[in-house]
Amino acid sequence: MTAPALEVTGLNKRFGGLPATKDVSFHVMAGERRLIIGPNGAGKTTMFNLVTGDLNADSGSVKLFGQELLGMPTQDRVHLGLARTYQILTLFPRETLVHNVVLALLGLQTLRWNPWTALTGHRHVYDAAHEALAMVGLAESAERIVLETSYGERRRLELAMALAQKPKLLMLDEPLAGLSQGERQTVRELLDKIPRDVTIVMIEHDMDTALSFAERITVLHYGEVIVEGTRAEVVADPRTREVYLGD
Amino acid sequence: MKRGSIIALIVAAVVLLAVPRIIVNEFYVNMASQVLIYALFALSINLMLGYGGMVSLGHAAYLGVAGYTCILLTITGYDQLTAALLAILFSTLFAAFFGVLSLRAPGLGFIMITLAIGQIVWGIAYRANDLTGGDNGIRLPARPMPFGIDIRDAASFYYFTLVVFVIALFFLWRFSRSPFGASLMGTRDQPRRMRMLGHNVWLIRLLTFVMAGFWGSVASILFVYYNLFLSPHALGLQQSAEILLMAILGGASSLTGPIVGAVIITLVKNVASTYVERWNTLLGMIFVIVIMFMPLGIVPGCKHLWRRLQDRRKKSTPAKITASEPAA
Repeated sequence: MTAPALEVTGLNKRFGGLPATKDVSFHVMAGERRLIIGPNGAGKTTMFNLVTGDLNADSGSVKLFGQELLGMPTQDRVHLGLARTYQILTLFPRETLVHNVVLALLGLQTLRWNPWTALTGHRHVYDAAHEALAMVGLAESAERIVLETSYGERRRLELAMALAQKPKLLMLDEPLAGLSQGERQTVRELLDKIPRDVTIVMIEHDMDTALSFAERITVLHYGEVIVEGTRAEVVADPRTREVYLGD
Repeated sequence: MKRGSIIALIVAAVVLLAVPRIIVNEFYVNMASQVLIYALFALSINLMLGYGGMVSLGHAAYLGVAGYTCILLTITGYDQLTAALLAILFSTLFAAFFGVLSLRAPGLGFIMITLAIGQIVWGIAYRANDLTGGDNGIRLPARPMPFGIDIRDAASFYYFTLVVFVIALFFLWRFSRSPFGASLMGTRDQPRRMRMLGHNVWLIRLLTFVMAGFWGSVASILFVYYNLFLSPHALGLQQSAEILLMAILGGASSLTGPIVGAVIITLVKNVASTYVERWNTLLGMIFVIVIMFMPLGIVPGCKHLWRRLQDRRKKSTPAKITASEPAA
């Protein structure tokens, strides 16, 4: 039997006296589309940060395809095939779109240590960056400065940076937040195009889009997993209605 | 490279080569050498400050470590070249150690650690009388003779310094355009994001620290050759602050900014101090005025002004055409 793409077991994190995650356990199978939902402050982003290493867990275990991640620096987790986008856009605003993607590509190449040759001379990196931008429909905007682009384009750029790294596990933190209806549709179509060899875990509040995208859903409340199951099971569960969906 | 940059480079090369011919006065030729040495110091600290976003208040420590090592080895009997190379090597290793300690803390903690290490080196230089001569300092017996060329006179030493400076500038220019340079600038702007893109932010910063230490050490050797003397006064906090100021004043994150900063501060220090008693006040005023009107420093500020002027010119050109249209 193959190991799950992501296996979280008994994950705990406290901020002083406040427990942000309490014994969180779930696993995501390879190729799965998993949705994490819960009210604000439920610990969704904290859980993402614990998986990526942005925060250190107090106890528990996080395995990526069977390999323990806890105690490993963030960059090493990325080299194992982990990629993420942020709820609050984290880009290089004064650089061009293509340069942002180039930085993402450099992160996984030994070329990043080269202090001598001109970066622009490495055409293969730029070709790959342009390819990633084309994937998210930003090919024409490659040479624009991030600051001059719309919010929706920036969201797509974040996605391009993550996809350029050809991740095994992609963690999307509210990829539709702040987007117009049309932009949501565009991003949604992009997500549908991501091949099945990429496992996706997504936090999202836009329930219509998120529910139609996800195969399984995990509901967090006050740092605990309260419900987990298929779309139908989770939507039908009274606890989900009580804490999140409402009547 | 753009046509304008090539022309600027040629003009700069001609001017730099002609300095000893244009300025016959030995005092000013020596000052030009000083400018180059300080420009190299400023360029080295700019690797950390401008490209890496790391503010160090201990850069003068390399002056102490490389400078004293070079002098002591020469006095001990090593030839000048070996002494200089060993001094740079030792000082670069010290930079690695310095970096490991400093990078333990981010932000203000980082600045305070660099300040503390700089002050420790100053304290050792001040107290270790047997080794460093204490407050009296120690003398380097003589300048070296690279390839048998005598560099004792002001003009020859200027050209020697210019060669070292140009080599360093070439390396730093290449670095600023390289993949490592791009990664370093990424860690300056978004360290968290860079980690999540697979970059080892700590190692990038440490290697930059070591590189800055290396070029700082090279500048230190030139400093010792220029003065033929080193005392703790040269490696105090004021020296570190002045080097930092050069990079900020001229414009960190650009290659030419620290050079411009070094020119201004060295000139104010040497020329204005002969006419004005409180030259430090003058320097402070210049700094405040520049930062008020050009927060990113002189070079980026002038570039910004130039772009605005060009934009205005472009906007005014089609307006004239439109105005003439009805007549046609």
